Amino acid sequence: MLKKTIPILIASFVGFFLILSKFSPGLEEWDSKVSTWFDIVAAFAMVLGATSLLSSHFKKISNKKPGWAYSLITIVAFGGTLIVGLGKIGVPPSFPGYPWSGDYMTEGGAFWWVFNYVYVPLAATMFATLAFYISSAAFRAFRAKNVEASLLLITAVVVLLAQTSSGPMLTEGLPDEYAHFKLENIKGTLINLFNTLGTRAIMIGIALGVVSTSLKVLLGVDRSYLGAD
Amino acid sequence: MEPHPVWRFLATLDRRWLFGLTIFVVGIPLMTGIVLTQKPSPMVIDVFNAIDDLPEGSSVLLPLDFDPSAEGELQPMAEAFTRHCAEKKHKLYYLTIWPQGVGMIQRQISILSKEYPDYKNGVDYVNLGYRPGYEVVINTIVNDFPGLYDADQNGNPVSTIPMMKGIKNIRGFPLIVNVSAGDPGLKQWIQYAATPFDTIEIVGGTTGVQASTLYPYIPRQMIGMLAGIKPAAEYEELLFNKYPEIAEKPKTNTASVFMTAQEAAHFMLIGIIILGNLVMWQTDRKGASE
Amino acid sequence: MTNKNAIWLAIFLAGFLFLSWRAVQFEAGAVYVKPSAGTAEYEEVPFLLREEAGSEFSWPRTMGVWLAAALTFAIFSFLFGDNVVYKIAESIFVGASAAYAMVVAFWSAFVGLLVGRLTPDIARMTFMPGSKQETDLWFLIPLALGILMLWRLMPTGKWVARWPLAFFIAVFAGLRLVVHFQSDFIVQIQSTILPLIVFAADGSLDIKTSLWNMTMVFGTLACLTYFFFSLEHTGIVGGISKVGIYLLMITFGVGFALTVMSRYSLLIGRMNFLLKDWLHIGIEM
Repeated sequence: MLKKTIPILIASFVGFFLILSKFSPGLEEWDSKVSTWFDIVAAFAMVLGATSLLSSHFKKISNKKPGWAYSLITIVAFGGTLIVGLGKIGVPPSFPGYPWSGDYMTEGGAFWWVFNYVYVPLAATMFATLAFYISSAAFRAFRAKNVEASLLLITAVVVLLAQTSSGPMLTEGLPDEYAHFKLENIKGTLINLFNTLGTRAIMIGIALGVVSTSLKVLLGVDRSYLGAD
Repeated sequence: MEPHPVWRFLATLDRRWLFGLTIFVVGIPLMTGIVLTQKPSPMVIDVFNAIDDLPEGSSVLLPLDFDPSAEGELQPMAEAFTRHCAEKKHKLYYLTIWPQGVGMIQRQISILSKEYPDYKNGVDYVNLGYRPGYEVVINTIVNDFPGLYDADQNGNPVSTIPMMKGIKNIRGFPLIVNVSAGDPGLKQWIQYAATPFDTIEIVGGTTGVQASTLYPYIPRQMIGMLAGIKPAAEYEELLFNKYPEIAEKPKTNTASVFMTAQEAAHFMLIGIIILGNLVMWQTDRKGASE
Repeated sequence: MTNKNAIWLAIFLAGFLFLSWRAVQFEAGAVYVKPSAGTAEYEEVPFLLREEAGSEFSWPRTMGVWLAAALTFAIFSFLFGDNVVYKIAESIFVGASAAYAMVVAFWSAFVGLLVGRLTPDIARMTFMPGSKQETDLWFLIPLALGILMLWRLMPTGKWVARWPLAFFIAVFAGLRLVVHFQSDFIVQIQSTILPLIVFAADGSLDIKTSLWNMTMVFGTLACLTYFFFSLEHTGIVGGISKVGIYLLMITFGVGFALTVMSRYSLLIGRMNFLLKDWLHIGIEM
């Protein structure tokens, strides 16, 4: 009862209440209240995630599993960032006499320094390496082996060419009656017409999927979120 | 018949040569500093006019929902929006639903304090920071703004912030200018704010990855968006034409500078795709004929 | 020493000499600041304006730029294969990201929303001296749910975490059901209902808009037909479905082009940092 039934009842009640509140002006205040509670619970979820991560790294170090030194580095980086962030080190207070009253992300503070000179280069570079793999994949894998793949590649090449300032110069000389065949207009048609209709169809399908999945969860049919017994 | 040695060499080309070519093609334009003029497209003009046509001093909500992994594409847009709104003396309300967005907002605050020293915190701009909860934050603030944001990032209660007085929810904002890198982001602002409430108008800046999935929302649910670095460069062009003083400040044409390298990369990629297909055609054809 | 190691040593030596020259001749990585009028104590001065009155060299920010450059190269080193330097950088990233999320959650939610609402007097004495909040006991509910969620870390009684999890899932399910139905279903269908024959203001047939609308309506239907698996894709349905696939390929082609553009922008951003902010190459332009 406590492990299965009550969570399902909570899910049903809260979910249907929120749906009802969208159609009842009188319930707007409760809609906001429940949403605010959710925001707080989401913060606890972030703490849970970070703590689980720490716990798995601590286990790796204590069991001396291969690569435990990297776990030590992770924990040191975690600890250092946490201390400067929670301690608001180097942050001038907004209210004199209250040392922890300033913005933890104030320019020049220690947490700001860690964000700008440690987090930003790491995060940005992680994704920047994708460009190299795209270059490599473009040579090896982007092959026009059938009609569908050819259509995809030709569309992509046309859009890539039109997204430059020199590409449209190829069709600049076309007379006005053939303006539709200018590269920038072809790009506009591909994006605003063809891309829109295809994405719209996908979006409609996804919306129906979301509705059916949500209903299954709220009606207690789908209980996978409860995990194993 | 064996393929020509050139095709055989290309078929087994070490990918590190392609990595090197990429660095070369992207790095040289950046070093030369050449900036190409970008012709603004109709959608970029719509986004520009959405901000420019607002009466001076209008309230603009600026959610910056991106992290450093997208800064190459979105930071120039966020800066252009900030400068544009500051030129129009709009009141700027910064917030974010991404944890890393706090750092991205800080960069806009730095721009305001350096380039627009008349802009006062609490009077002309306010930094409301981050609230956890993903898109549920949007669901909350369309009904109750002060309920979730009772203090700004500096800890000043909103009841003491002049520009927050009388604001009950975000439905009164004439425009939302969202810069987003994914979910939750522009899609959720459209779903939770712009679609249910006719009074809320929205324009956006987003990555190319997300942009193709958002075109169906235009124009009924969203006025327009800047989809990637090229529209960002076009936006800067419009900004410099209308407000030439911005062009004289340092580092205000980042998107335009990036576009030169971007164009070189596009031509390189088109060349690589064509070459790769030629290699496939030559090696498959020669192999099949045996 | 093998040839490969000798080549790598030569490359590193050349790189070191280049960096030393850049650092000495052009102050590579140097950052200058001046006192700020805003909430921060100092603000960065553009490198070309470092001679301005009031500007001073900043050791913390300069060391930060060199560290950022080193971490950038550490991540890029993965292009040559997994290695120790990359793994160290990755470990730092994992640790710093997790701690960043906790710091932000603490100050924005725990302090701002929980402490500020449940014990406003304590908040006023410590972090939020200007707060005018009164105690709101309704916030005991999210506090209780949060504690139950953290109980997942305990050795026994993990099942209690299902209650806040059910609340979490229910909020998402309930809200998304409504917004997706309205925004991504009803309004999208509304946007697809377009006149197939359009006349211009002067009464003549507007061929371009009519063709546009016809393509939009029938194209969307063709793409939807492709995803409709309750009918076998043969005959007329198969033909329409085939058209749908071709239209979807155009859609994916556009998405691919925009994605590629996006990825290169990220690389350009990093190259810009390395060339201009770190090595000060090309900043005069």
